[in-house]
Amino acid sequence: MSARRIFAGPARLAAIAPYLWMVLFFLVPFGFVFKISLSQTAIAQPPYTPVFDFTEGREALAAAFGQLSFDNFRLLISDNLYILSYLRSVMVAVTSTVILLVIGYPVAYGMARLPRRWQAVAMVLVIVPFWTSFLIRIYAWINILQHDGLLNRILLALHLVSSPIVWLSTDTAMYIGIVYSYLPFMILPLYATLAKMDASLLEAAGDLGASPRQAFWLVTVPLSLPGIGAGALLCFIPIVGEFVIPDLLAGSNSLMVGQTLWLEFFTNKDWPVASAAAVTLLALLVPPLVLYDRLQRRQLEGNS
Amino acid sequence: MPLLRIEGVAKAFGNFRAVDRLSLDIRAGEFFALLGPSGCGKTTLLRMLAGFETPDEGRILLGGKDIAQALPHERPVNMMFQNYALFPHLSVRDNIAFGLRRAGMARGDIATRVDEMVALVKLDGMEKRKPDQLSGGQRQRVALARSLARRPQVLLLDEPLAALDKKLREGTQAELMELQRRLGTTFIIVTHDQEEAMTMASRIGVMDAGRLRQVATPRNLYEAPSSRWIAEFVGDINLFSGEITSRENNRLKVATRGAGTLVVSELWPPVSNDVVNVAIRPEKVKLSRRAPASEEGGSQAINRLDGVVTDVNYLGGVTTYKVKLESGAMVRSSVANTARLDIDAYLAGQRVVAWFTSDDCLVLEQ
Amino acid sequence: MARAVTSMTRFNITALALGLAFLYLPIVILVIYSFNASRLVTVWGGWSLRWYVEFFNDRAMMEAAWMSLLVAGLSATLATVLGTLAAIGLARGERFRGRTLFSGMLYSPLVMPEVISGLSLLLLFVALNAERGFWTVTVAHTTLTMCFVTVVVQSRLTSLDRSLEEAAMDLGCDPVRAFLLVTLPLILPAIIAGWMLAFTLSLDDVVIASFTTGPGSATLPIRIYSEVRLGVKPEINAICTLMIALITVLIVAASLASRISSAQGESGAPL
Repeated sequence: MSARRIFAGPARLAAIAPYLWMVLFFLVPFGFVFKISLSQTAIAQPPYTPVFDFTEGREALAAAFGQLSFDNFRLLISDNLYILSYLRSVMVAVTSTVILLVIGYPVAYGMARLPRRWQAVAMVLVIVPFWTSFLIRIYAWINILQHDGLLNRILLALHLVSSPIVWLSTDTAMYIGIVYSYLPFMILPLYATLAKMDASLLEAAGDLGASPRQAFWLVTVPLSLPGIGAGALLCFIPIVGEFVIPDLLAGSNSLMVGQTLWLEFFTNKDWPVASAAAVTLLALLVPPLVLYDRLQRRQLEGNS
Repeated sequence: MPLLRIEGVAKAFGNFRAVDRLSLDIRAGEFFALLGPSGCGKTTLLRMLAGFETPDEGRILLGGKDIAQALPHERPVNMMFQNYALFPHLSVRDNIAFGLRRAGMARGDIATRVDEMVALVKLDGMEKRKPDQLSGGQRQRVALARSLARRPQVLLLDEPLAALDKKLREGTQAELMELQRRLGTTFIIVTHDQEEAMTMASRIGVMDAGRLRQVATPRNLYEAPSSRWIAEFVGDINLFSGEITSRENNRLKVATRGAGTLVVSELWPPVSNDVVNVAIRPEKVKLSRRAPASEEGGSQAINRLDGVVTDVNYLGGVTTYKVKLESGAMVRSSVANTARLDIDAYLAGQRVVAWFTSDDCLVLEQ
Repeated sequence: MARAVTSMTRFNITALALGLAFLYLPIVILVIYSFNASRLVTVWGGWSLRWYVEFFNDRAMMEAAWMSLLVAGLSATLATVLGTLAAIGLARGERFRGRTLFSGMLYSPLVMPEVISGLSLLLLFVALNAERGFWTVTVAHTTLTMCFVTVVVQSRLTSLDRSLEEAAMDLGCDPVRAFLLVTLPLILPAIIAGWMLAFTLSLDDVVIASFTTGPGSATLPIRIYSEVRLGVKPEINAICTLMIALITVLIVAASLASRISSAQGESGAPL
């Protein structure tokens, strides 16, 4: 027994309440999603069968199990709409993550090279927009991008264009919205690794004959890979399932998977298909989620 | 009965035996130092005394009561941490009062005791400051005052001076000794700095690989090391391996490989093995231009070694010489620079006689 | 070397300035236009507070705003308590059975697409036959925001010097008192930050609230969202500006509070 163990007992007791809470409200609900994804649509409340009623005894339960089927998944595979929306989601997420990295890296790099005192200020400046509502920030862009919005008026005033450009309901607008919303999530982990880096490493690289450009690619970038990984996952995973931004900013001709799920659930009231879509999305996200979980654990819990 | 008795205490971390069935008695009022290289188990031993680690086996008796399984807050023992562990959210006064409040002392008594402690460590006027508004030396004194405030039976100090710079460290050593003498509290200090242990402690326990190699006063540790390992760990020493050829009149004759036959006064207890090392500290090796007269050794035998100076290092207070003997073996000698002018100095390449008496050297088993 | 640094700095500062401008400009424009007198959101008609007045007279909006504030306040408080307990368990509990599952459940909601979390919670509430509305949204928000609290508090706890807790025990505290008297005051800023984060995330959420709320009880973001889908309205600018103002006040209050709490000694505390 050591000093750490003396604390371990009370600490584990403290964890009981949140543990139970997360099991009930995070883990168990996934069970329901899986179950309903295998159910049939019904015009009823709740709108699916079979409804498991544990008071009806084993026979009825067994019968209910018999009714489960993979029809919803078959539908997802056979209908182009769903396959396209998954492809589109992954493509949008990859593209956005790359753009975020290209924009975020120089900003994080700039922050990390500032004098110590200014680093803290820059950090606050990056975090503060994150505190203001994400919906507000999207809405702010609608203001700017609309037909007679600020952007078009500036472009017209500068005679860069002769007639207003349609920005809203385009992929461009959606990418602007996504990049704008997720930028802090990219910058902060990048900054965290870059700020930890010993400046004398670059001096050593220079001393050994590397040009600043070579030193950047051969020393800085490899050492910041953990930050790049964390930032990329922190952005990629939620963007795949993003709903609000594509719904408000992108056109309606091609949908992301978050939108199809929403549509099935709220408009078509088809809960089983919505659940099947959620299960498929989750399956798609398992590898990056596992990777992300490992990174988080390493960062928060150290190697002990 | 000693104040603190450590009896067959062992502690392992996984497969690593940090402390290996160690026993030690410490008397009330002692200033005891645990000295050893890093990883020798001295900090683990100290943390077991404080209660931060629990021994796997063995007993720790404080005033006759076994405290080995007691939690830290149940022990009449306090610790001064290496990094001081001052509570950053509390002022100097509140840091010192922290332990007194936990002991349920009356408000008035706490105030009196804190004032007393503040005066003791000479921090008057600093009571309202937070730890981050203090210098390193001041922080060290707050930590000392905080750990002494509860008047512990034993104060444990984990490398208490390691974070201070050299000049400050020397002054603080003296203050710490003075404080210990005044309070009469038993101090157990952990350090890897032998000079620090020698200066402050009344007794030193040298640890290696979880065991105590020797427990002795600083003088005995240096002049009568119990083994070759101790002799080499504490200070600098010349060693000549050889074999005992005769034992008469408390004099041993040792045929050495590098330095011919040497005469050594026998210590108590006598060595049992005939294969030994003759050990001589460099400052006890004298140099001269010609062989010393035999009366210079008094009643003792003189060992003479002829050789050539190969290295001269002037260090201010002393000059160290390396002398190459005819056998090719090297002898190190350090000579106090008692005169300002260098008339006594030897030059590299000069032929000299290195000599020492039979009382100044000793035999150590392998 | 010195020359290399200055030329670097010029590039750095430009990158930084552009990045920050990108982050702030849209918000600044939104705030300015909320004071626009004109009904046309694009035409500047002079300074005016009329859209604020309009909002305060809009009963449905006010009700939604009130519900959102209640949900945010309540769920943030619950999330802070649960999240802090979870962080203590993870940072001080050492190894225990089910730890991997526990940390997995706490870290994955941070990135989990909201449509999945929302749908799964709704299905649970339906299965439990819970009446959907204020309480279901509160529970949903508590679940998701407590994970953010956990991460913030846990990272503070792991970076804390463990010898401080040992020193407290050495000076006579049992583990629980050592935590309350030494650890808790030192992680308080992180706990406050966690509460703030939970509050703003709850106040911000459209998707999960849409899934878990019932008919007739819309939160403010749900209302704003449905208005925004129809186009830009000046009243929305005013509401957004008020929300930004509220968050700003909270941030300033929190940083002041943490400064005051760190300036106070133990003498003032009854313990």
